[in-house]
Order: sequence, then structure tokens, then C-alpha cells
Amino acid sequence: MSFLSGENMVGGYGGADILKGCSIEVNEGEIAVIVGPNGAGKSTAMRALLGMLDLKQGSVQFRGNDISSLSPQDRIAEGIAFVPQTSNVFTSMTVFENLEMGAFLRNDDIAETLEQIYELFPILAEKKDQLAGELSGGQRQQVAVARALMSQPAVLMLDEPTAGVSPIVMDELFDRILEVRQTGVAILMVEQNARQALDIADRGFVLVIGENRHTDTGAALLADPEVRRSFLGG
Amino acid sequence: MEAITDFVSAIVLLLNFIVVPGLSYGSQLALGALGITLVFGILRFANFAHGDTMAFGTMMTILVTWWLQSKGVNLGPLPTALLALPAGIASTILLLVVTDRTVYRYYRHNKAVPVTFMIASMGVMFMTNGIVRFVIGPNDQRFLDGERFIVSARNFKSMTGLSEGLSIKVSQGLTIVVAIILVALLFWFLQKTRTGKAMRAYSDNEDLALLSGVDPDRVVLVTWIITAILATIAGTLYGLDKSFKPFTYLQLLLPMFAAAIVGGIGNPIGAIVGGYVIAFSEVMVTYAYKKVFIYLLPQSLEPQGLLQLLSTDYKFAVSFVILVLVLLVRPTGILKGKVL
Repeated sequence: MSFLSGENMVGGYGGADILKGCSIEVNEGEIAVIVGPNGAGKSTAMRALLGMLDLKQGSVQFRGNDISSLSPQDRIAEGIAFVPQTSNVFTSMTVFENLEMGAFLRNDDIAETLEQIYELFPILAEKKDQLAGELSGGQRQQVAVARALMSQPAVLMLDEPTAGVSPIVMDELFDRILEVRQTGVAILMVEQNARQALDIADRGFVLVIGENRHTDTGAALLADPEVRRSFLGG
Repeated sequence: MEAITDFVSAIVLLLNFIVVPGLSYGSQLALGALGITLVFGILRFANFAHGDTMAFGTMMTILVTWWLQSKGVNLGPLPTALLALPAGIASTILLLVVTDRTVYRYYRHNKAVPVTFMIASMGVMFMTNGIVRFVIGPNDQRFLDGERFIVSARNFKSMTGLSEGLSIKVSQGLTIVVAIILVALLFWFLQKTRTGKAMRAYSDNEDLALLSGVDPDRVVLVTWIITAILATIAGTLYGLDKSFKPFTYLQLLLPMFAAAIVGGIGNPIGAIVGGYVIAFSEVMVTYAYKKVFIYLLPQSLEPQGLLQLLSTDYKFAVSFVILVLVLLVRPTGILKGKVL
């Protein structure tokens, strides 16, 4: 029994089905990565776990409970945090206020979490009074991930966190994500940079047109000649 | 010596006919524009019913004021309407919450486009306007009591010995003081409180706010409550300063929208800046400067005409012209709009 799992999910955004029976799972302290060609339904699979589309078939399990009927808001309250690919910070609010918003549902003292976040992302401590909209792309992604972490989630879902950032920033972000894993959070990522993502992944899912094509550990997928030839460019 | 008195007289004239009225009218517009900008920022539509919301709130305040007056209750030098304001605000909150439940919520759940909301708000505008005319009638109503002036022109003249008087009405002083307090409270609320931050977040990025656990229904409710407070107070201050006539409040929609857009719609500071820009432009363009120049220029150069740029009948054209200019030159407004 895994921590968070979507089993045999079928559904789309009203039109044709984008997911045609795909299964995704992630455990605590583990990084799971969804890779695959454009239009494979990677982001859709992640959104389905969050409840942002209606499933025709299949179910979503979290901590052993079926949460298929819960709204996205309720799933967030249950401890699932999501970082969208774009528009993932409050541009007109300061970095500190962004972090505060991340902890919006918490009623306890956030000072300790804030300290951990600043330790993880030192640049955010430096820029805490600056508007998030004035930051560089890489810094914004850090704000976005930090905002999600402020809710002390059990599962952190990242939709292409390295889209549009430089390779150096990407490496740094992946380092941060590895550090987050240390704290026991379950991390699920959708990534375009498949090779680098699988490199840090404990579990990898290769999706093709809404179905699982390959599922294995990150290292095994990287070593699989078929995966290499079809999806990693040799 | 005479040159100095003439110069001072000219200044007093400008203070009396431009600065004081401009400041109080500007404050009224700013409060109105704030309501429009809040609704635009959070509910994402241009609320055409705002002028009539102000009329409704003012009407309720007037009715309670009359009732209080009939009971012999008053505030001494201050207008009794201040005592009636809470009741006026409460009934306006009720009106806005009921319209939201019966009209806007339906479109919100159907994710209607902003134009649909705007047209719906026009329906609400006509309906509210109808209620107000039905209850209190279409005519002018006066409800100002208490002291008329803080400084009257006659007292000013006898105090200073100048030939020009400066008068500051109680309603004008009250408008400015109340506007400052209200704006300070609003900004404190938006910047410092949890609900205020949730409103700003919701305005900035609705999806991300929902992902952070912000309750949209609560944000909408609080927005209408604040809008009702702002609209009722702005309307009552305007009514005390001028007079209450339902049609005038419908007409106020144009300068208020102009103020909100000129300042940058969705931006509260912009609404305040815009309010004063529009008010001062209107007052300055429609003022007859003849007397000012008589004081300032030597007798031989005394102006023949009134030196009035535009007749007061055209004051609404001023809002229009500024609106068009801003949209052409800087569509986002003076301060960048579209976010709270």
C-alpha cells in the first residue's frame, strides 16, 4: 500500500479522455518522476491526483483512504501541496507574504517552518521583503516551492519545476528537492528534463498517450536501452 | 502692501473655490472608486451598480436620520446622519449580499465571462435605482443638520481683514477626515490581516490562492461588505456636501469609473490618486478665473471674459477626456492596475 496513489485513472477535461488507464504512486521520503513525450498526459495525471479533473474510472488513495470524491481544496487540507508550472507565485506580494499564504490553513506558529525554509532557500531570506514579481525565474521557482512547503505537506507535487530556468538553476533546484526529500516528504514531479529528473528519482513513470509505458526505479529506467532510445535521445 | 494683499486674496480665492471643494469632492470620488476597484480586483468585473449602491446606502441613512431627528436625537454641531450611518451600512451590506446570492453567484459558478457580469450588474443597477426612486422619490432631499461651517466666509473676512472669504463647510471637513480614516483602515486591513492578505492573494492569482486554501466564498462576502461600507459612507458624505438626488448618484458612476481606471483599476492607491486627479481636473477646468486675474494683473490688463475654460454643464466631459487620454497613453493607469 503506497502513501499516495492513483490507480488505473481514466478521464480528461470534458472532451476526449487524456488519461487512458494510468497509475501513479509515491511513498514518503521518495521522489517519483513522471516523464514522457509532449501530450502524454503527464501534468493531467498529476492534476487528477489533486482532483482537478473528474475521473471516469479509477481511484485516488491517500494514507489508505479513498479520496477520489474530495475537492482539490479538501485534498490540500489533507496535506497535499501543488506547485503549478506557471503563475505559481503571488507577483504583487512580497516573498514573505507568499510564504505566509502558503501557511494560510495553519493555525499554529509558523516561525520554525519559516526558519527551515530560509535555511533551505537562503536567497529567500535575503529577498523576503521584495515583491515576488520582481525576482528572476529561478528565484521565483524557489518561492513557489517554498510556498508549497510552508503548509508542511505530506506530499509535494511539482509540475515541471525547471521549465524555463538555466541548467545551473536546474541543478540547484534538484539539489533543494533532494534536501526536501530528506525531511520525509513524498515528492511527485512532472519533468521535461527526463534524464536529470530520473537521475534523482526513486521511482519513474514513463507515460505515453495517457498510459504507463515503463515503470521502474529511476536508475533502472535510465539503464533501460528502450527507454534511452525512445525517450532520452539515445 | 496692496500688491501683497491682492496676491493673498488671489490665493484665498483659489483655496476657497478650487482646493477645498477639490479635496472634498476628490475624497468622495476616491471612496467610490475604491469600491469599484475592489470589486474589479476580486470579483473581476466592472460593477455598474456601484453608483446606485451608493444611492441606496445614502437613502437608508437619510431615512434613519429623519427618524432620529423626529425623536429629537442629534449630534450637536455634527450632522445626525453620522449616527444613522451604521444602520445605512448594515442595510447596504444586506442588499449586496442578497444580490450576490441571487444574481452574481450564479454567474460565478458558471464561470461567466466578465462582460456577462457587467451586463448583469447593469440589471442590478436599474433595479436598485428603481427601489431608491420608489422609496424616497426622484427629488432632491436635504438631511444636513448641525453646524454649517467650520470657517465661514464672513468670519474669515472679519478675522483677516481680506476682501475675499474662505469658507470650509462642516461637510467638507468631515469628508476629508472620514476619507483619511477609512482609507487608513482599509489599507491596514488589506496589508496586515489574514483576511486582507487572502483578498490580495485571491486578486493576484485566483488559482494559486485556492491552492493555498483560501475560501473563495469568504473572500467574496468580505469584498461585498467592504464595498457596502465604502459606498454608503461615500454616498452619505456626498449627500451631506451637496444634496441627495438619486439621478446624481447614477451620474457619479462616470467620474468614479474614470478615477478607478485613471489610477489603475484593481489598485486601491490608484483609486485614491485617480479620485483626486478627476476631482481637481473637473473643478479647475470649470472654474472662472476672472477674479483671480483681477487681483494678480495690473488694472490695465484686466480680463474681459470670465476666463472659464469649460462651462460647468460640461464637467462630465472632463472625466471622459481624461479617461480617453489615459487609455490611449497609459492603459494600465497612472499606477499599474489589475492587482490589489
